[in-house]
Amino acid sequence: MDYLVVEESKGCEVVRNLFVRESGNYKTSYSDDMKMFGTTGSKIKALLIVLIVLSLPLFVSNYWIGLITLCAISSVGAIGLNILTGFTGQISIGVGAFLGVGGYTSAILTSTLGLSFWISLPLAGIVTAIIGGLFGIPSLRLNGLYLAIATLAAQVIILFVISRWDGLTGGTAGMVLSRPTIGEFSLSSNTGYYYLCVIILLLTVMYATNLLRTRTGRAFLAVRDRDIAAQIMGINLFKYKVMAFAISSFFVGIAGALLAHYTMIVSPELYNFHVSIQYLAMILIGGLGSVFGSILGAAFITLLPVGLGSLIDILAGFMPDLYQLFSALKDFVFGAAIILFLIFEPGGLAHIWLNIKKYFRLWPFSY
Amino acid sequence: MTFFLQMLVTGIVVGSIYGLVALGFVLIYRASGALNLANGEFVIIGPYICLILMTAYKIPFILALIITLVFSAILGLIVERLVIRPIQNAPVVSVIMATIGLSSLLGGAVHMIWGHQTRTFPPVFPSTPINIAGVIVTPVYLWSFIVVIVLLVLFSLFFKFSKMGIAMRAVADDRQAALSMGMSVKYVYAATWTIAAVVAAVGGVLLGNINGLSPTMSAIGLTVLPVVILGGLDSVLGAIVGGFVIGIVQNMAGGYLDPLVGGGLKDVVPFIIVLLILMLKPHGLFGSRRIERV
Repeated sequence: MDYLVVEESKGCEVVRNLFVRESGNYKTSYSDDMKMFGTTGSKIKALLIVLIVLSLPLFVSNYWIGLITLCAISSVGAIGLNILTGFTGQISIGVGAFLGVGGYTSAILTSTLGLSFWISLPLAGIVTAIIGGLFGIPSLRLNGLYLAIATLAAQVIILFVISRWDGLTGGTAGMVLSRPTIGEFSLSSNTGYYYLCVIILLLTVMYATNLLRTRTGRAFLAVRDRDIAAQIMGINLFKYKVMAFAISSFFVGIAGALLAHYTMIVSPELYNFHVSIQYLAMILIGGLGSVFGSILGAAFITLLPVGLGSLIDILAGFMPDLYQLFSALKDFVFGAAIILFLIFEPGGLAHIWLNIKKYFRLWPFSY
Repeated sequence: MTFFLQMLVTGIVVGSIYGLVALGFVLIYRASGALNLANGEFVIIGPYICLILMTAYKIPFILALIITLVFSAILGLIVERLVIRPIQNAPVVSVIMATIGLSSLLGGAVHMIWGHQTRTFPPVFPSTPINIAGVIVTPVYLWSFIVVIVLLVLFSLFFKFSKMGIAMRAVADDRQAALSMGMSVKYVYAATWTIAAVVAAVGGVLLGNINGLSPTMSAIGLTVLPVVILGGLDSVLGAIVGGFVIGIVQNMAGGYLDPLVGGGLKDVVPFIIVLLILMLKPHGLFGSRRIERV
C-alpha cells in the first residue's frame, strides 16, 4: 500500500486544477512536508491576501483605513498575547502595562532623546521583552490563578511607576509623539501608517505561524498541555516559560509603540486594567492558540464599539438620552459577548471560520 | 502616636471588610477552583439596591438590608446557573474570563441604571464619634467591625458543623469523590455562589455606609486579590488574617509613605506585597500546598 502512494505522488508536480483540493498527503520528503506554502493553492492564497491588503487603500475610505490600522496594531499585540496564553498556557492579565512599556519606551527614545522611529521601534520591543521576561520569572513556581494575579500585580506596579516617574515619563500628563518618517517622506497620513502596520502584522503572522513549527513552539505547546510532563521529557521549563514571556512581550511592546505613534500621545490611563481585559477578550473570542483567530478577535473587539456607535446613532432618533449610556452599554455588550462566546463557541471565531470552511469544502455534497 | 493608632484602627476596620469580601472569593475558589473577578460588581450591586429601597421607597434599614440580601442571593443563583454551570468543565482561563466578562456586563448595567455619580447613604448609624484612648472612631467603623467579626465567626462554625458546610468542604477537596458519595455537586455550587453573593452584598453595604457609593467602588474586587493571595486562595482563616494585614499595611503606607512619593501608594502596596508573597511563599500563609503528579 505504501509503495502505491509513493508511485502516485510522482505525478504530483504537475500544476493541478486550483479548485480541486488534494485528496491525501502525498509528501515524499521532509523538506516538502515542512514547507509553509506547500501547495499551489496555498501559495496563491497567500499572494492574494498580500495583494488585497496592499491595494485596500484604493477602495476604502480614509476613516476605514484608520480603523483597519487600529485592528492591525491590536492584532500584533493579540498574537503576542496568544503566544503566551494560547500556545504556552500562561495567563497574563497585565498586557495593558506591557503595551504601555512599549509605547513609553518609543516615546522617550524619539521625543526626549531624538532617536529615529526605526531604531526606537525594535528597541521598544526589546525593552518590553526584558521587562516581560523579568515578570515571567515567578511563573516557574506559579501556575494558573497565582500567575494571573502576579501579572495583575505587574500591571498595577508598572503603571504606578509610569505615572509617578515624572522626570522620565511626564507623569499623568503623558507625552506627545510624532509619526515616523522615511527620509523626506513622512508617514503622517493614515494610508502611509496603514502600510507600516500591515507589513509589521504580516511579518508577525509569519513569525508566529513558523514559531509553532519549531522546537521552541512545540516546547511551548508541551508546557501548555502539562508542564510537569514536559519537564520530565527534557524541556527546560524555566527557559521556555521565560522565553514565552519575553517573545510575547516583544510583540506586545511593538504593538504598544505602533499604537503610541498612531495616536501620537501616551498617558497612563490609556494602558489600564481595562486594556488588558480587552486583549484577553481578543484572543478568547478569536480562538486560543490560533494566529488567524487572534486577528479575527482583534478586529472584532476593535470594531465592536464602532458598530455599537453606529447602532446608537440609528436608535438615538427614538431615544435621545442613549448617548450618555454609550460607555456603559459598551461595557455591557463587551461582557455579554465574552460570556456568550465562552458558553456557545469556546473555540472562538477561528473555530467558526473552520466550520464554515469545512462546510464548503465538500459543498454541495457535504455528507 | 495618636496618628499611628488612628491609622491602625482605620486599617483594622477596612481590613475587616476586605476579609469579608475575600471570604466570598475563597468560597468560590474552594468550590469551583476559579477566581471570581466579578466579585467587585457583586459588592456594589447590593448597596445600590439597599440605597434605592431606603431613599425611594422609605423602607427602614433593617428591612431594606434583608430584601437586599435576598436579591443578592437570587443574583448569585442566576449567575451560577446561566454563566458558570455551562462552562464548569472548561479550562481555568475560560472560567476567569467568564467572570471578567460578567464583571464588565454587571458594571455596565450598574452604570446604565444608576449613573456614575457618588451617592451617600442616609445616616443609618449615629454620627457622633466615639473617643477611645485618644483615637476617634465613628460608630460606622465600630459597627462594621462588629458585623464582620460576627459573620466571620458564623462562617467558621458553618464550615465546621453544618451539613452544607461540610458538603462544601468535601466538594472543594475532591469533586469526583463527592459525586460518587452521592452529594449533589450542582446544589453545592449553587449554594456557594449564593453565599458568596450575599457576603459580598453585606461587605458592600458596610463600605457604602463608610465611603458613599459609586461604581468605582467595584475596584475592591481587585484590591481583595492581594488579600486572598497573602492568606492562601483556599483558606477561610487566611482570608481573614490577610484582610487585616493588607488593610493595616495599606493604611500605614498611605499615612507614612504617600507624602514621600506623591500619593497613590495605597493602591499599589498590596500588589507589591503580592509579588513578594508569590516569590517567597507561593501558596500564601495558610493555603494548602498541592503535590502535583503527572
